[in-house]
Amino acid sequence: MMETIPGIAEVGSRNATAAYDASKTKTVLRVSGLEVTYYTDLGRAKALDDVSFTLGAGEKLGMVGESGSGKSTMALAMMRMIKPPGRIERGQVIVDDVDLMSLDEEGMRRARLSKIAYIPQGAMNSLNPVIRIGAQMADAIRSHMRRESRSAIEDRCAAALRSVDLDPGVYRMYAHELSGGMKQRVCIAIGILLRPSVIIADEPTSALDVVTQRQVMETINKVQADINAAVILIGHDMGLMAQTVDRVAVMYAGRLVELSTVKEMFTDPKHPYSQALINSLPNLDKRGVFSGIPGLAPSLLRLPSGCAFHPRCPHGQQELQRSVRPAPVILAGGRMVACHLYGEEGHAHE
Amino acid sequence: MTFKIVIKRLLFFVLVVWAASTIVFFIPRLSSRNAIRERFGELARTGGFSPADIEKLIASMQQQFGLDKPLLEQYWQYLGNITRLDFGYSLSRYPTTATEVIAQSLPWTIGLLLVTTVLSFVIGTLLGAVAAWPKSPGWLRSMATPFILLTGVPPVIMGILLLFFIGFRLKWLPLGGAYSVGVVPTWSWTFFFDLMQHQILPALALILGSVGGWVLSMRGMGITIQGEDYVNFAEHKGLTGGRIFRDYYLRNALLPQVTGLALALGTVVTSAVIVEGLFGLPGIGTALNLAIRANDFPVIYGIVIFITIAIAALMTILEFVYPLLDPRIREN
Repeated sequence: MMETIPGIAEVGSRNATAAYDASKTKTVLRVSGLEVTYYTDLGRAKALDDVSFTLGAGEKLGMVGESGSGKSTMALAMMRMIKPPGRIERGQVIVDDVDLMSLDEEGMRRARLSKIAYIPQGAMNSLNPVIRIGAQMADAIRSHMRRESRSAIEDRCAAALRSVDLDPGVYRMYAHELSGGMKQRVCIAIGILLRPSVIIADEPTSALDVVTQRQVMETINKVQADINAAVILIGHDMGLMAQTVDRVAVMYAGRLVELSTVKEMFTDPKHPYSQALINSLPNLDKRGVFSGIPGLAPSLLRLPSGCAFHPRCPHGQQELQRSVRPAPVILAGGRMVACHLYGEEGHAHE
Repeated sequence: MTFKIVIKRLLFFVLVVWAASTIVFFIPRLSSRNAIRERFGELARTGGFSPADIEKLIASMQQQFGLDKPLLEQYWQYLGNITRLDFGYSLSRYPTTATEVIAQSLPWTIGLLLVTTVLSFVIGTLLGAVAAWPKSPGWLRSMATPFILLTGVPPVIMGILLLFFIGFRLKWLPLGGAYSVGVVPTWSWTFFFDLMQHQILPALALILGSVGGWVLSMRGMGITIQGEDYVNFAEHKGLTGGRIFRDYYLRNALLPQVTGLALALGTVVTSAVIVEGLFGLPGIGTALNLAIRANDFPVIYGIVIFITIAIAALMTILEFVYPLLDPRIREN
C-alpha cells in the first residue's frame, strides 16, 4: 500500500526514526468539547462542533480537511482569536494544566506565544513592512518578559534565527529584503522565541515552492525537536502530511471524524471520508482519471442531519446515518473514528 | 539614501522653481496690456497733462523697471533677482520692497495656517485611527462623527457662523484683527493673551472644517491595515493592544496621510486669502488680496514665487522624510 502512494513514499518513515511513543511522553495539550459558532446574517454556522483530542510533548499532529471544514477556526479558537461574529461557545483547551478558556484577556495575551504559539498561514504579509525584523522579535519577547535586558533579548533572537538556519544579520533587515522562505522562517523563529509547549502551524508552506516547502518543514521538525513542543500542522497537502506528522486528524464540517497515526491513516483509513480523501490522491501506478469525492462540502448554515457526511457517503443511505450523529468510537490501537459503521465495541459492522 | 539621490532631489527642486518662475514671467507678457501705460493713462484722463509729457514719463518708467530691454535680457535679470529673493518695490506701498511686504505678513500666516493645518492633521489622523480600531472605547469613536459632518462646510461659512454667534451675539471673543486696536505688540503675556484671543475664531474656522477630511482618509486606511496579516500576527504574538495600535497599525496607516499633509500645506495660502480676509488678519493672504486689488505686480509675483518655492521645498522635504517612514522605498 505504501508504495502505491506516489510522492509520499516516506509514509511513516519519520515515525520509525523519531520513534514517537504516546505512552512515554507527557500530555501537554488537551482539547475537549471545543465549539465555535459564527452568528451570520443568514443564521448560525457551527464552525467547530464538539472537537476533542490530546497531544503529547514532541508529538506532531496533522489536521486535514476541505476548505471550510474548521481547520483554521480550530487554530484561532485555540489561540482565543475568534473575532465577532464568531464566538467560542464551550470547551476547554488545556495547555500544561492551564485551561486557556478560563484565563482573562490579559492572562490569555501572556499565554499566546509563551504557552501556545501560532505560525501564520500568509507568511508573505505576516511581518510588519515598516519596522525591522529584530524589532518585531524583540517586541514579542518584551511583551512577555518586561524585565529582560536588551542584550538578553538580542541573544535570544539571534539563537532563534540560528535555529531556523537564518543568519543573525536578518535581525537588522526589513521584511521586503527577505525571500518568501526566509519570511516563513522568521515567523517560525518568532514562534519558538519563548519555547512554547504547543505550536500551531497554519498551512505554513502554502505559498512556497516545493523545494522551499521541504526546507521549511525540515526547519519545523528541527525546532520542534529542540524545544520538544507539540505541533499541530494544519493543511490539505496529504503528501506533506504523510512525510512529517505522527498522527492525522480529519475534519469534516466542523467535526473531527477520524484521528489515527499517519501509517494507519494512509494504509487503512476507517472513516468513509478519510477513505475518499486517501483514494483521491493521484496514483503513479494507476494512471487515469482522478477520483475526487462526489458531492460538495456542506454549508455550515444547513448541515445535513445526523452524520454530516451521509449525503456523500457510499454507506450513508440508512435511517441511522440520516438521523443520529455518530459518537466518537475508540478502535484498537487508540485511533478514533466518528462513524456509524463502527459500533460501540470498536468493531466494524461490515 | 545615497548622496546621489540627495543631489538629484535638490536639482529637481531647483528645476520646479525655475519652471514655475518662467511661467510666471512669460504669461503676463503674452498679454498686450502694459501696466505702466494703463497707470499713466488713468492719470492723463484726470487732465492737466500733455500727451508728450506722459509719453516721456512712460518711457522713463519703462527704463527704470527695465521694460525697454529685450525680453531675454529681462528674463535673465528676473531669474537673477529671484535667486536673491528680490522682487523689486511694491507699487502700492513704495518704497517698501515686495520682499519686505512678504516678510511682514508671513509670520501671521505661518502662525495661524501652519499651526491649524498641522493641528487638524494630528487630531483628524488620531480620531480616524481610533474610529477604525475595534477595541477603542465608544465615546472616543463617536467623536469622529461631528467632524465628518462638518467636512462639507467651507471655512468662509464656518467663519461667518463663528463670528456671528461667538463674536457678535455672545461677545466671547473679538470680531477681527490680529490684536486689539491700540495695543502695541510687545513680548509680554498680556499681548500674547490678546493675540491668542484673536486667533481662536480663525483657527476654529480652519480646523473644524478640515479635521473631518483627515478622519475619513485615516479611517479608510485604518480599516484596510486592520485586515493585514501582520496586525493579526502581532496579536498572535501576545503583544499588548497599545503596541499593536502604535507600531503595527498606526505606523502603516500613517504613510498615505503624510503625503496628504504635504499636499495640504501647499494649499495653505488659498485658505489664507479667505480666512485672513474674513477676520482681518495681516497675513500673506491679505497681502495677496490687497496686491491684486492695487495691481501691485511685484508683490503678486513675489507671493506667487514664494508659494512655489515653499511647496517645492515641502515636497523635497517629504521626499527625504518618506523613506524614513517606509523602508520599502529607501532603495530607489
